[in-house]
Amino acid sequence: MPSITYISNSGESRTVTVDSGVTIMQAAVRNGVPGIVADCGGECQCATCHVYVDGKFLGLLKPAAEDEDAMLSLTASERKDNSRLSCQIVLTDKLDGIVVTTPAIQQ
Amino acid sequence: MDCGVVIVGAGQAGFQTALSLRNEGYAGKIALIDDEGRVPYARPPLSKAYLKGTATAESLEYRPAEFFVQQAIDLVLDNPAVALDREKRTVALRSGRELEWSSLVLATGAHVRRLPSTGPEPFYLRTFADSDGLRNHLAGADSLLAIGCGFIGLEAAAAARAQGKRVRVIGAEGRLMGRAVSPFISAWFQAMHEKHGVEIRLNTAVRRVSESSAELPDGTTLAADAVVVGIGVIPNTALAAAAGLAISAGILTDSWLKTSDPAIFAVGDCAAHPNVYAGGLARIESVQNAADHARAVAATIAGKPKEYHQVPWFWTEQFEAKLQIAGLAVETDETEVRGDPDSGKFSVYNYKDGKLKFVESVNQPAAHIAARKLLEI
Ligand SMILES: Cc1cc2nc3c(=O)[nH]c(=O)nc-3n(C[C@H](O)[C@H](O)[C@H](O)COP(=O)(O)OP(=O)(O)OC[C@H]3O[C@@H](n4cnc5c(N)ncnc54)[C@H](O)[C@@H]3O)c2cc1C
Ligand code: FES
Repeated sequence: MPSITYISNSGESRTVTVDSGVTIMQAAVRNGVPGIVADCGGECQCATCHVYVDGKFLGLLKPAAEDEDAMLSLTASERKDNSRLSCQIVLTDKLDGIVVTTPAIQQ
Repeated sequence: MDCGVVIVGAGQAGFQTALSLRNEGYAGKIALIDDEGRVPYARPPLSKAYLKGTATAESLEYRPAEFFVQQAIDLVLDNPAVALDREKRTVALRSGRELEWSSLVLATGAHVRRLPSTGPEPFYLRTFADSDGLRNHLAGADSLLAIGCGFIGLEAAAAARAQGKRVRVIGAEGRLMGRAVSPFISAWFQAMHEKHGVEIRLNTAVRRVSESSAELPDGTTLAADAVVVGIGVIPNTALAAAAGLAISAGILTDSWLKTSDPAIFAVGDCAAHPNVYAGGLARIESVQNAADHARAVAATIAGKPKEYHQVPWFWTEQFEAKLQIAGLAVETDETEVRGDPDSGKFSVYNYKDGKLKFVESVNQPAAHIAARKLLEI
């Protein structure tokens, strides 16, 4: 059961624990964590589930696939080197403790 | 006094309206009226991942039930709106409950067009219950007959074929997805389906159906273990029409999505709105249209008036092909293909009088995203 911490743009933090196999977007949405919109429900079509991944964990993630990379150019907040779409990151025990920051705006 | 917002219909557009109202800082009452008895959920997976068995029911829900409580959104389940009183500004629900509103948002969506049936009904695909029923039935079936060669019929065909079923598609039109894509894309998808072993028959208007058969114009009957019909939808306009609101191809709105009554908005599949990309009135069935309509209306109600003018986009997934469309498939006079269609990665640029109108990308997400930006008016 990996746990994940979301830090909002204003610095508030929320930690939730979910089953492996759930995406970072789903974990937020199901637990009422604000800051992730997810218009398209995880289809990699909307870029409203943008997060910044803490540097320590970035290397543990599979690199963004072509569609995620393309969609990241449509984010409403600035795209940075650690920008990812949270609907494309599946949580596993390996990612236990991961920290992401949600951007100021998603749309 | 602000009596709040009542949203009729808790699909993509209704849900997004409620969410965006709170995101915009609207603090008044919000009631979200549903008639399906389910927490709001996404429909696209119903003919894709959910049908194939690779998504769970829970993963379709936009938010869990508690979210609505936390956000003070009164989610009224399984209790359709049955009448509007525009003078008193109330809406009556089936249970007899009456709700007052200062702004009313009609997000009633659409219902499926049906074929006359000769016996037990075939499957249709609009609601969770529809998809769940077909998914369960397919588990014990060897063959599927899909009637309709639009997105729904083709996605269902691909999902069933991927599970090893024998699949036949019967379309009334002369090409696949004819209303929404270029002839080049129709032909490419037809070849792809055929390569996967889907049998396709076009220009064939099915007369009657049952749960296991379809009767063709020449009188012959085709049989299959499962029959699914996807021949389009009809917007839910009855409530609006009965209240005297103007109706055209849907509930008529202006570019602010206001109906003929300025306190009532219409959003999503049910709204016939002026669309700059269509060059006139349009009624569009897509996630983009529903979500962007909802955001515009929520901003307007929250006191930050916003006109609707977003670039339309759409996607479909069939076998290994993800097709993304930016813009609307209007009439064009020039087509340019970039990339190699045989490689399964290419884009089709469609022009009218030298102006780019819409772009179809197959497995080329970067081209799609660039097109969305290019097409912005
Ligand atoms: C199987 C399927 C696959 C799809 N795939 C895609 C895709 O890949 N990409 C894409 O962009 N779009 C897709 N779409 C289209 C997209 O889902 C719709 O455009 C979108 O759901 C429209 O949202 P809406 O809120 O306007 O209507 P709906 O989602 O239909 O919601 C309307 C809701 O209002 C309810 N309602 C109606 N009347 C009343 C009343 N009087 N009182 C209370 N409730 C009422 C309805 O029962 C329904 O629950 C798909 C649709 C289907 C059915
Ligand atoms: S939820 Fe839409 S791209 Fe992630």
